[in-house]
Amino acid sequence: MNEDFDTLIIGAGMSGLAAGIRLAYFGQRVLLVERHSIIGGLNSFYRLRGRDHDVGLHAVTNYVPKGTKGKPLTKLLRQLRISWDELDLCPQLVSSVAFPGRRLRFSNDFSLFHEEVAREFPHQADDFAKLVTLIRDHDELDLSQKATSARAVIGDVLSDPTLIDMLFCPLCYYGSALEHDMDWNQFVIMFKSIFFEGFARPRRGVRHIIKLLSQRFKKNGGILRTKCGVERLDVKDGRVASVTLDNGDVVNAERILSSAGLAETLRLCGKEPTGDDEQPGQISFMESISVLDRLPSDLGHDETITFFCSSDRFNYRVPEGLSDPTSGVICSPNNYAYDEPLDEGIMRVTTQARFDRWDAMEEPGYVAAKHACYEASLDEVVKFVPDFRPNVVDVDIFTPRTIKKFTGHDNGAVYGAPHKRLDGRTHLENLFLCGTDQGFLGIVGAVLSGISMANLHLLKS
Amino acid sequence: MTEPEVRQAVLDIIERIAPDEELGDINDAEPIREQVDLDSMDFLDIVMELRKIYGVEVPEEDYVELSTLERSVAYLSPRMQDKELAAKV
Ligand SMILES: Cc1cc2nc3c(=O)[nH]c(=O)nc-3n(C[C@H](O)[C@H](O)[C@H](O)COP(=O)(O)OP(=O)(O)OC[C@H]3O[C@@H](n4cnc5c(N)ncnc54)[C@H](O)[C@@H]3O)c2cc1C
Repeated sequence: MNEDFDTLIIGAGMSGLAAGIRLAYFGQRVLLVERHSIIGGLNSFYRLRGRDHDVGLHAVTNYVPKGTKGKPLTKLLRQLRISWDELDLCPQLVSSVAFPGRRLRFSNDFSLFHEEVAREFPHQADDFAKLVTLIRDHDELDLSQKATSARAVIGDVLSDPTLIDMLFCPLCYYGSALEHDMDWNQFVIMFKSIFFEGFARPRRGVRHIIKLLSQRFKKNGGILRTKCGVERLDVKDGRVASVTLDNGDVVNAERILSSAGLAETLRLCGKEPTGDDEQPGQISFMESISVLDRLPSDLGHDETITFFCSSDRFNYRVPEGLSDPTSGVICSPNNYAYDEPLDEGIMRVTTQARFDRWDAMEEPGYVAAKHACYEASLDEVVKFVPDFRPNVVDVDIFTPRTIKKFTGHDNGAVYGAPHKRLDGRTHLENLFLCGTDQGFLGIVGAVLSGISMANLHLLKS
Repeated sequence: MTEPEVRQAVLDIIERIAPDEELGDINDAEPIREQVDLDSMDFLDIVMELRKIYGVEVPEEDYVELSTLERSVAYLSPRMQDKELAAKV
């Protein structure tokens, strides 16, 4: 069987879906292929023991109220011709960054965070105000900039190591592919998306977003195929000449947009990723989803997201052991301003984890290790939120191995390669990247990545 | 399409791209982007929608012709003469 398309997109995650919507809208024949049976990629969903769970989606970042102009969320809605109301976003209640003896609360109103920093770190209040100005004035959308260490930039402005760690902790967890540090531009993107803008969630979670995007893609005339992986990209004269699918079918497309990751995409072309700037990322997480017999608010917990660190210094790196329980993210999807509360209480906990250790494990040790790491993480978590352990009625835990299995990303890397390809180009003239390895991260980031790569490379006549 | 219809066609396109903008009291002689909040991506989408809906190509060097409604109508009318005003979506 032989078929012809203008663009073939690899991967029906957030970035692939968004790119597909744009291309199909403007009349291209688009084929979007996804290897997994369910779409969504790093932010997919599943059903287990009668309950619906989300893979990712603690929070949609970049939330701004309806009618706000010129912000990433508004831009992407316009580009996709989706109305604000269709996203069905409910804003967060309040969140915090919690370290031993310190807590900085923040909400979708930046002034709370600013006041909290001034209260906890009065000697840094003026310097923090300077940092805020620096961030506000930085143009993070300039795709031509060079990588700069955020630690170096921040170190010139702030001096209190705890405050610095308390800023890095949420920003690393929600979007850094680098250990110990972040790229300054990425720091600015994440700071704006979390603190200047904020968090929200559709009541139905990621299912709602994925359904909205995939329906729009199909309505625009795009073709989506699941359980349809790309086996290889057949290269001839510096171009992808044709695409061979897992089932052996061959598809022809003028251009290919891949969200599979750079190293993964190079391998599809039969090229080993040997360059320093071609290496896959290492940062991965494990996540537990605890279902409770009551709502978190019944236990006195009102925070939407709690970024915690129980040791003196915040470490963001691939841990030595299976996981590092001493820092992470606690999310209660219940704590959003819904019209009607969710049916059950949920507490999600994310901690850093090491892919190769998990990957080497055999059953049943794997399951036992998941539970041991879960218990260890909760021992730390309850230092910062009410002890919900007696109320847990069900739990599911996934690891970097799970992430690799369902998304194909090397090392189960959540934020892709440390070295980004901001312009989305590859060594082949008609092969482009979008998603994590292009460089815009998170749900909103991935959608913007798909849109901007479609605009930059695929919509030129 | 008559000139008023071309004007309507452009307004309909802007409304598609920016449904949250108020277009009722737009001044035809003033730059559109000073009255309606459109960034460069949105502006490019006007060009793309013209191609999609009416098959009109606006080359990059002619983008300034779309800066005001008045200029847009003058520029587009001869190019859209034999087209029908598309239904609003
Ligand atoms: C546990 C967890 C929690 C998260 N929480 C949040 C959050 O609260 N807020 C937030 O904004 N972000 C969150 N994220 C991050 C967010 O999910 C990702 O940044 C975003 O979804 C990335 O989308 P993408 O399109 O770049 O990549 P992906 O979603 O990875 O898409 C790539 C797709 O390509 C497919 N694929 C790969 N190879 C092939 C092949 N050869 N053939 C066919 N298909 C292929 C994969 O199966 C996958 O579906 C979270 C991620 C995780 C893992």
